[in-house]
Amino acid sequence: MTITINHFLILSFLLFAIGFFGVLVRRNFLTVLMSIELMLNAVNINFIAFSRRLSDLTGQVFSVFVITIAAGEAAIGLALTISLFRQRKTLNVEEANTMKG
Amino acid sequence: MGAAEAAGSALLTGVAGWLFVGFALLILGTAIAVVWSKNPVHSALFLLASFLLVACVFILEEAEFVGAVQILVYAGGIMVLFLFVIMLVHQRTAAGTPAFQHQWDIALLLLPVFLIPFLYILGTEKFTDIARNPDAFRAVAGRVIGNTEAVSWLMFRDYLLPFEVASVFLLVAMIGAVVLGKRSFEKVD
Amino acid sequence: MKILTPTFLTYVKVLLIVAVVPAIVGFVIVLAERRIMGFMQVRLGPNRVGPKGTLQGLADLLKLVTKEDVTPARAEKFVHFLAPVLAVIPALTALAVIPMGPSIRLARHVSTPLWVADINIGLLFLLAITSIGVYGIILGGWASNNKYSMLGGLRSAAQLVSYEVPMGLSLVAVLLMTRSLSLVEIVMRQDRMQLWFVFPGLLSFFLYFVSGVAETNRNPFDLPEAESELVSGFNTEYSGVKFAFFFLGEYAAMIIISCVAVTVFFGGWLPPFGHVKALSFLHIVPPFLWFLAKVGFFIFCYIWFRSTFPRYRFDQLMALGWKWMIPLSLVNIVIVALAILWTPGRTDGLVRLGWLFGALFLLMFFLAKLRQALARRDRLASEPAGTRQSALKA
Repeated sequence: MTITINHFLILSFLLFAIGFFGVLVRRNFLTVLMSIELMLNAVNINFIAFSRRLSDLTGQVFSVFVITIAAGEAAIGLALTISLFRQRKTLNVEEANTMKG
Repeated sequence: MGAAEAAGSALLTGVAGWLFVGFALLILGTAIAVVWSKNPVHSALFLLASFLLVACVFILEEAEFVGAVQILVYAGGIMVLFLFVIMLVHQRTAAGTPAFQHQWDIALLLLPVFLIPFLYILGTEKFTDIARNPDAFRAVAGRVIGNTEAVSWLMFRDYLLPFEVASVFLLVAMIGAVVLGKRSFEKVD
Repeated sequence: MKILTPTFLTYVKVLLIVAVVPAIVGFVIVLAERRIMGFMQVRLGPNRVGPKGTLQGLADLLKLVTKEDVTPARAEKFVHFLAPVLAVIPALTALAVIPMGPSIRLARHVSTPLWVADINIGLLFLLAITSIGVYGIILGGWASNNKYSMLGGLRSAAQLVSYEVPMGLSLVAVLLMTRSLSLVEIVMRQDRMQLWFVFPGLLSFFLYFVSGVAETNRNPFDLPEAESELVSGFNTEYSGVKFAFFFLGEYAAMIIISCVAVTVFFGGWLPPFGHVKALSFLHIVPPFLWFLAKVGFFIFCYIWFRSTFPRYRFDQLMALGWKWMIPLSLVNIVIVALAILWTPGRTDGLVRLGWLFGALFLLMFFLAKLRQALARRDRLASEPAGTRQSALKA
């Protein structure tokens, strides 16, 4: 089995699509956050694959940055989850629909 | 695989290729399970499995450092935090509400918006499948070194400013998380 | 000897690790722990099964295997099963990159190094793999459907995430000295520099080992299973073989922490001060035995801590981790970096840092002793002669 860059692109696209669906269709705020992490991972797969194909390590450096961003995003997202739960006693994103706290 | 590279053929062949196929299928399966599972703890577990498999793909692509960082940060840090928060809030949330909201229509509408450009690119663009210079991939100043060393040379020499910006970003995220997570003083009775 | 190919030998080594480490845990460490604790608490410890109690491990194993395997009625069955597995596998996997000795000759033209793999991300791999072990505890606590287990799991999550940071940072300071993540290269470099990294990295070692104790949930940081508060924490609902797996996971993690401490700070398989002419007779002992002896010493330290230290309170534990260990480890990185920049290109700066740390350590030791003696004298002076006797009687 010979793997070309197209296989990587297809994997990454499908992973991104699954994450995107998750963000759109799930009610639970935590699952939405997890889907965002899936999307970030899909991006990383592309970075790594192209990094090796183009013999350029910049892709790997950038995927480290993406992981950093993902860590920060998860921290903020989880803090939001807790404060949402404190205010509304729910994690349903559809019920968090007013601007007033 | 080293010999294959020298011959200038494609990068992942034979057993490595089949390994990639296996990992890819498992990644997609676990990703679907993340979105599908009703219980957030199960979602988190599938997500953990998916992260570990993605790390395996990274290592297959000779990006050992990023693979290890992926496991360390995602599995060691982020997912533990996820589970922690799930356990803090999960017990008291209502189990009866349906897991999916009605944005299926939007999701399906957006699918072609992404799919068509993707297929167009896949069909027209001819990406290289052969590493132009496998040695340059892991060499700094003409000396062949390990992946970790090469990545850090690049990161701390050429990308020092982005690195510092990332650290400031983490600081901001940390302060933001503390402020958001803190109980406001009026709430404490 | 066509059969002894490197691949075959690697499989043999993997099998040996997977088979021998649980056996060592079951028969040596557990027995040693119970006997040493017995000694320290002025009692006998197990001494009935076999000569001097040596077969106690076998008896424990038989007991655990024949016990009924209980799963709580409303537990998550699969996760409940998965948790102990997740506790063991990372710890055993991590052993693959530990170098236990240089190459040994098995036959003519066949020699094999005493490690399974020497990968260039060794230390990072160790940190990454061991960080997966926490899921065993969290999931075990959650899947049991028991509030005490759950509290144990939550405590464990918070504790492990907090103490992973000083652990990683203390190893970063050592990486500045080694310039390599490969554990074999780390040992080789200590050989070439004729300096164990514990001397310039005394503070790193202290931070590493304290966080290591916290990472393995051992006394004085065993809050996830605090018997007096949480029944026995995350493993309350586990019995039989699953409990044995948790047990094995904890002890395998202890072995890993000790192995890394030995490899990174105490020169791995190198004999102490091997380059000093007068001590060259130490080379008679095989390198593997040096490694084993050093690891054994750290396991002994674990047991020693367990029988002498009282348990921390949870807020104290968090305060120690975030307010002391993490700032201290950051300062440590700066100190080590300055010592390296002191004499660029040479290692003199590290040697001087080693002397400095040693002197500081001795100074602190004697100051503590002095303070202890002064306090004792004050106490004796302030008490009237009669009260001591009556206090002893009461």
